[in-house]
Amino acid sequence: MPTNQSITAVREALKARKISARELARDYYQRIGARNPELNAYLTLSEDRAYAQADRVDTLVAAGGPLPLLAGVPMAVKDVISTRGVRTTCGSKILENYIPPYDATAVERLEAAGAIILGKTNCDEFAMGSSNENSAYGPVRNPEAPDRVPGGSSGGSAAAVAAGLAVVSLGTDTGGSIRQPGAFCGIPAMMPSYGRVSRYGLIAFASSLDRIGPFANNVRDVATVLQIIAGRDANDSTSTTAAVPDYAAAIDKSVKGLRIGIPKEYFGAGMDPEVRKKVEAGIELFRKLGCEVREIRMPHTDYAIAVYYIIATAEASSNLARYDGVRYGLRVDGDSLLSMYRKTRGTGFGAEVKRRIVLGTYVLSAGYYDAYYLKGQKVRSLIAQDFRDAFAKVDALVTPTSPVPAFKLGERTADPLEMYLADIYTVTGSLAGVPGISVPCGKICGKLPVGLQIFGPPFGEGRALQLAHAFEQAGGATV
Amino acid sequence: MNITREDVLRVADLAYLDLSESELETYRKQIDDVLEYIGKLNELDTANVEPMAQVLADDQTADATLRDDIVVPCRVAPEILKQAPDPEPPYFRVPKVIER
Repeated sequence: MPTNQSITAVREALKARKISARELARDYYQRIGARNPELNAYLTLSEDRAYAQADRVDTLVAAGGPLPLLAGVPMAVKDVISTRGVRTTCGSKILENYIPPYDATAVERLEAAGAIILGKTNCDEFAMGSSNENSAYGPVRNPEAPDRVPGGSSGGSAAAVAAGLAVVSLGTDTGGSIRQPGAFCGIPAMMPSYGRVSRYGLIAFASSLDRIGPFANNVRDVATVLQIIAGRDANDSTSTTAAVPDYAAAIDKSVKGLRIGIPKEYFGAGMDPEVRKKVEAGIELFRKLGCEVREIRMPHTDYAIAVYYIIATAEASSNLARYDGVRYGLRVDGDSLLSMYRKTRGTGFGAEVKRRIVLGTYVLSAGYYDAYYLKGQKVRSLIAQDFRDAFAKVDALVTPTSPVPAFKLGERTADPLEMYLADIYTVTGSLAGVPGISVPCGKICGKLPVGLQIFGPPFGEGRALQLAHAFEQAGGATV
Repeated sequence: MNITREDVLRVADLAYLDLSESELETYRKQIDDVLEYIGKLNELDTANVEPMAQVLADDQTADATLRDDIVVPCRVAPEILKQAPDPEPPYFRVPKVIER
């Protein structure tokens, strides 16, 4: 079996009876056993559940009937997404022994489509971080360069797919947490529009920003996974009733004549010159494909990080109030109810989570709300307006995913602000609610992958996937 | 300075968060830097800008997202209580709240 498989390869191998779903799952567990001690991509393996599902798939194969889209496809799920009966820690000590009593809708839909969930992947604690170094269970290493971070917060989900320890995976993106690790690990990774994918069962960080999306080895597989998880869910009132288009059909369309906007503000100071060269070569490739490339302005881009760290921390401080030592998770005893709360939270949360709770509580507190939270919500409107104005002129936007390639472990941990600035090109789309995909766009120093980001208009996943697929097919990964 | 030691203590108190002395000073400094950076938002005049309260709101009408309020059976209590640190089915037990 080749290291990096696709959904199609799994399907063909099963149909031709070259391998059974059970044997395939066992192969993947063997690989995980060999590679995970170094990479630390998986936190929990769900072998019983995986083999039970594999046997169901093998029964379908034996019956010779039609196979569901993801039959037998080994996959990984970020550890902030609930899995019934399988430990879900959020990368935090406060949920070290938490076993969800239900499945997230995305997980339920993927399993119903035949996917085999191998286990739960490491991430920054409660998805707060850009390097996976905020996990209470140790950092993940980048499979392309083990002395470097895989990106974050969905570092484990990105590393698992890039290292061939899963065919596809689910991550979550609040400010860049799918796209940036996708870029750092050299694989396609997509954040769908706000409302496109149900978040029922996603353990909340910042509810006006959080989204679930796929990682895969190729754009077609990203489209296939999105097809299955997208669509209205009665259990998530923020999921939209808008119809889900046929993404597989969308990606094969020609991109000739599509108008691509290049926002000047995404190529400013702080960008690694080698990353710039690769992204410019990527833009040139779109020209060769017949796209019309235009420079545009998005004047509020430079304010996005400031807005993001107000809104995301404010929402986090509210969402994380639920960890009180009463209903689930850690309890540290105290001599009163309040002292129990304070000790539980002080002991159970890691440094970045505590820092964000303090900042988020501060920006919402009496006397500061107008100056910070309200101001942030107003500037968020301006950023969303930048996107509306841009999409009135162009069909998609192309930018770098990150200003820098994967950095070394420990290089940025001392200064939180410096770490936050790594998300400068991804948080804009998070705030505006639009979909974005990162696709591999060459490597620098011969080994460090660069990501090119494509933003589509609201619910324009098909457009973003179409461009990403054309880019990939034209050799974008080796520009 | 944007945030004082007293501010951090007050906020940690609101958030029911015990912080050690060293955490208190480290976070104060780091949060101060972030607030300093956030100060750049004051370059923008937002007097006539509406705050963004809904994401992609045009697409979501109340009719589409509200459902009928129907009672459905939900027998998950035993499983949920199993996750509690100190369950006393059918209750969650907490340290004494009211002194006699």
